[in-house]
Amino acid sequence: MPADVWGERKHKDVRFDPASAVERRDGLVIIRADTKDGEGRMLHYKVLNDLIRREMLAGTRHIVLEGVMGHRYIASTANRKELYIEIRGTPGNNLGAFLDGPTIEVFGNAQDMTGNTMNAGRIIVHGNAWDVTGLAARGGSILIKGNTGYRVGIHMKEYCGVRPCIVVGGTAKDYLGEYMAGGTVVVLNLGGARGSPVGLHLGAGIHGGKIFVRGKVEDHQLGPGATVRPIEEEDLPELLWCLEEFERAFHTSAPKDKNEYVKIAPASSRPFSGHYDPTSV
Amino acid sequence: MAQPIAPMRRMELEAPERFIPVVDAGLCKRCKKCVSECSYRALDFVDGNVKPIGGCVACGRCINVCPAHCIEIRQIPSQFPAHANFNERVRRAIMSQASTGGVLLTSCGTDIAYPVMFDEMLLDAAQVTNPAIDPLREVVETRTFVGGRRGRLQVRDDGRLHMDEGPGPTIAMDMPIMIGHISLGSVSYNAQKALFAAAKELNILAGSGEGGLHKDFLPYAPHVVSEIASGRFGVTGDYLKSTAAVEIKIGQGAKPGHGGHLPGEKVSALISQTRMIPLGTDALSPYPHHDIYSIEDLQQLLSVVKEAVEYKVPVGVKIAAVHNVGAIASGVVRAGADFITIDGFRGGTGSTPRIIRDHVGLPIEVAISVVDQRLTKEGLRNRVTVFAGGSIRSSADMIKAIALGADAVMVCTAAMVAMGCRVCQQCHRGVCSWGIATQREELVSRLDPEVASARVVRLLRSWNEELKEILGAMGIDSVESLVGNRDRLRYFGPNSKIAEIMGVKHVGEGWG
Amino acid sequence: MGGCGIAGCMNLEGGRISGDVIARMLETMGERENGLGAGYACYGLFPEHRDDYCMQFFFDHEEARTAVEELLKAMGSITKDERVHTQRVKSMRPPFPMVWRYFFRPSSKLEWRGRTDLSDDDLMVQLAMHVNAEVEGALCVSSGKDMAVFKGNGYSYEISKYYDLGRYSGKMWVSHSRFPTNSPAWWGGAHPLSILDWTVCHNGEITSYGVNRKFVEMAGYRCSVLTDTEVVAYTWDLLVRKHRLPISAAAFAIAPWYHEDIARLDPESARLATWLRITYKEALLNGPFSIIVGRREPEVTMIALADRKKLRPLLCGRSQDGRTAYVASEECAVRIVEPEAETWTPNAGSPMIAVVGKGIVRTGNEHPFVGGE
Repeated sequence: MPADVWGERKHKDVRFDPASAVERRDGLVIIRADTKDGEGRMLHYKVLNDLIRREMLAGTRHIVLEGVMGHRYIASTANRKELYIEIRGTPGNNLGAFLDGPTIEVFGNAQDMTGNTMNAGRIIVHGNAWDVTGLAARGGSILIKGNTGYRVGIHMKEYCGVRPCIVVGGTAKDYLGEYMAGGTVVVLNLGGARGSPVGLHLGAGIHGGKIFVRGKVEDHQLGPGATVRPIEEEDLPELLWCLEEFERAFHTSAPKDKNEYVKIAPASSRPFSGHYDPTSV
Repeated sequence: MAQPIAPMRRMELEAPERFIPVVDAGLCKRCKKCVSECSYRALDFVDGNVKPIGGCVACGRCINVCPAHCIEIRQIPSQFPAHANFNERVRRAIMSQASTGGVLLTSCGTDIAYPVMFDEMLLDAAQVTNPAIDPLREVVETRTFVGGRRGRLQVRDDGRLHMDEGPGPTIAMDMPIMIGHISLGSVSYNAQKALFAAAKELNILAGSGEGGLHKDFLPYAPHVVSEIASGRFGVTGDYLKSTAAVEIKIGQGAKPGHGGHLPGEKVSALISQTRMIPLGTDALSPYPHHDIYSIEDLQQLLSVVKEAVEYKVPVGVKIAAVHNVGAIASGVVRAGADFITIDGFRGGTGSTPRIIRDHVGLPIEVAISVVDQRLTKEGLRNRVTVFAGGSIRSSADMIKAIALGADAVMVCTAAMVAMGCRVCQQCHRGVCSWGIATQREELVSRLDPEVASARVVRLLRSWNEELKEILGAMGIDSVESLVGNRDRLRYFGPNSKIAEIMGVKHVGEGWG
Repeated sequence: MGGCGIAGCMNLEGGRISGDVIARMLETMGERENGLGAGYACYGLFPEHRDDYCMQFFFDHEEARTAVEELLKAMGSITKDERVHTQRVKSMRPPFPMVWRYFFRPSSKLEWRGRTDLSDDDLMVQLAMHVNAEVEGALCVSSGKDMAVFKGNGYSYEISKYYDLGRYSGKMWVSHSRFPTNSPAWWGGAHPLSILDWTVCHNGEITSYGVNRKFVEMAGYRCSVLTDTEVVAYTWDLLVRKHRLPISAAAFAIAPWYHEDIARLDPESARLATWLRITYKEALLNGPFSIIVGRREPEVTMIALADRKKLRPLLCGRSQDGRTAYVASEECAVRIVEPEAETWTPNAGSPMIAVVGKGIVRTGNEHPFVGGE
């Protein structure tokens, strides 16, 4: 006999009022994500996101999330430019997915898929942000003080002057900027890691956008379609803007000597056009 | 996009032509319309006569425009020495690849004559023990709901019945048909407009394909299923919220395990705007979604999209039918999909490597049945809406697909044929003479969206009427009573093993 | 209109009706049967064993009986068992199965194949389905409390004689005489089909059988008798006992209004109606049918329902003194036992519901979501 599948796990608890997780103090709205519901569990992400959405729609400009512990999808699709969300704790995967305007600042590490398909806004991480950060982002900034993981900035794109950027204070792993079609990725290596601050298969299939790496990049690290190019004068405003964005976020200074950086750019906007036989025999 | 149409690449060892347009010089009015209309540059006007100059793909445009009705396209008999094993198709591929060194590209669904199980099944009808129903005079319902189900409803009785908790979002379609995902990019603005307008007129759904939604098409959004594919082109929160449903595309029947590839030739200003990518670059979709490496990750993407649409529209998943499709479908449902679309290997495409199109996947008939049986066995079938596509050519295919276990079918190629497509398998070249699979303005303007839309509407309406005829004949007055009703099918083909796998009895077997 | 014959009667005040009454009702519609099966179910006939599950079996041989008895002993305790009284009817031809009755109580802390969450009722459902599927030569005919099914292969008058129905009297009787369509004639396949305290007498042919079967199999029911009626019984059990739907909601799921008619309901009812259709679309019984459904819990209840196109006949009646409710395929079946009865036909797809102690709570002519148990 198959298990009874109709018994959906209930995230709504009639005895529990989610509003009890919200506190208003000194003009701030504080939401405690670790508030226990009637069954002794932390707020479910659906409840937390619903509270955030309500505050956003009510015009709240500054929300503090405390006790965050793996809550997923925080502020996904939030779209008020003036909204600022401060996160204490460890936000879960897909932080700020489809984000469209607000600023999110994480005092701690972020998990995977931060800023997934982001459109606009800023995500500032005072720590590390792991794999697949900034997937398919089309705009906005992701600023990471520490390191980032694998497959960061995959398939970022730009259009009509709207250009996303990811600045990593430390290092990045393999497949950085795979399928990249636009935008800017900067890896600063502020910790002075030895060897290259980026991994293998760098910019595999890149056909738009630029990756700036402060440090060494060897040929074997490059993915198909990626080439190392000298930094041109015309690249400087873009690089400097990203560096200043990083400085603004962390109140620190970033190295600005262009000679310390290498640029990875697409060999062509159509890296695989010769791969196919369109003859239609 | 004013690039000249590239001539066919000349090869050192050229394969012979396959088609030749033959113009009757006696009847020809020398209007040269055929010459100017041939986007494949297969005709020229030389010494006062229209002459074929090679490269004809039998798209039939010249025949259609000739005022004197004096053009005939002939299929040239094989010029190869007969060989059943190294047949002409094989030898042509070898010759072409030896010349270009490329991965063979093609379009539409596979043209290989694999067995079609749809054609090997017969439907049942009511005789004596129950009455057939006349669909013209009595109610036969074809309304079909799309969305997740809870499997159970809580109803309270305090003298009058009340529902305690409303179930999730659901969309009603007037017929169990969805126009499949055909992206703006693979097809033209006018073609997509025609398809969307048809969906609106028919009160059914149409897929946006992976290309975002052009702003002009926002009025159609309540009839559009938006698609999140690995390229995430044009995907924004507002876009997702504006449409009737959201589909996460994992795979496509014509190219399971392959990403998307819209060649730079097709990335016109319009496409660049909608997909939010620069003009003329290749629009590449990664092979996998890079936020989905496992079923657990699919659950994450489903959850984040549900958050994004605030649980207001159904969120589903499309998968290509592959060998383990039953278990995959089960995982997809458990991950929280409100609907699941299964795309069989015969399904069409605007561009795919031929090796994948012709040799990878599972026929949709088997996939539907396996998925329906698996979900039933696991008690999950009443949690989800199942769409099936991948070469639904006629209402007969649709009806059999539903009887095998699909709630609704997805139709693409047939809708294109209704608009003028001749299935010449050249979409990837971007010079479709009918203005369908092209972005060249001079070609796009050949397709009148209103005329095309009306043709699609008439086609699908007639299919729905045929569905009602069959339902009535079976003594069924609502299409949901056909969904997965394999008892009303019998297999009439050479392979009883496949009938057994599909859960369909052989002809001659009665009830019980 | 033709097809099988169905008939039912209930003393609304809980008094008892003799088996002779139902036998006369059914026999009067003799034109509706062809001698290939008939049966009767009686509710409230064993007051002295009202808290025991009354399990009645057909056994083909003694080994089957032994096997079942061992199984029952392993699963609980047998309060009493006896051979069900049968008598020879000259016109009936063998084989005749052995008909046996057990009054049974499942043991209170029992697992069924690793499942510890089963109620007594769930366990009885599993047990009956297990016997039918796994024990060769044994068929559980009925398994509810204070109810029993008497059926077999023959004309209705033969079966009533065979069991000597006049020996029994109960609060409610439902019955069926058969004109088989698609399934073979055999003792087990005769109606009423029963699961737990549910019995179903069914005139019709379900064109959506494959879909309805999936619906109950998804919930763990095993179809062993291979008739659409069995699936109807499981559907009622699932919707009303397991999903706790009010009977009128369950009836709506089984025979819903058309969408175009639903659109004319008030918004809240329309919403409920639509969601019943969406959620329970596999429960829709398509094709012609009229059914009488009997049930004991929480009160002895009779439900009569016809398909939404009304392709099978169904008529209800009430005795002049208001104490007895009747249901039958034809008016004559009511008139033969109650010449002065008031009769009416319920609307297509709308249930008549009669409950002992409460009376006829729904005539079948009301708003779909008003009136219930």
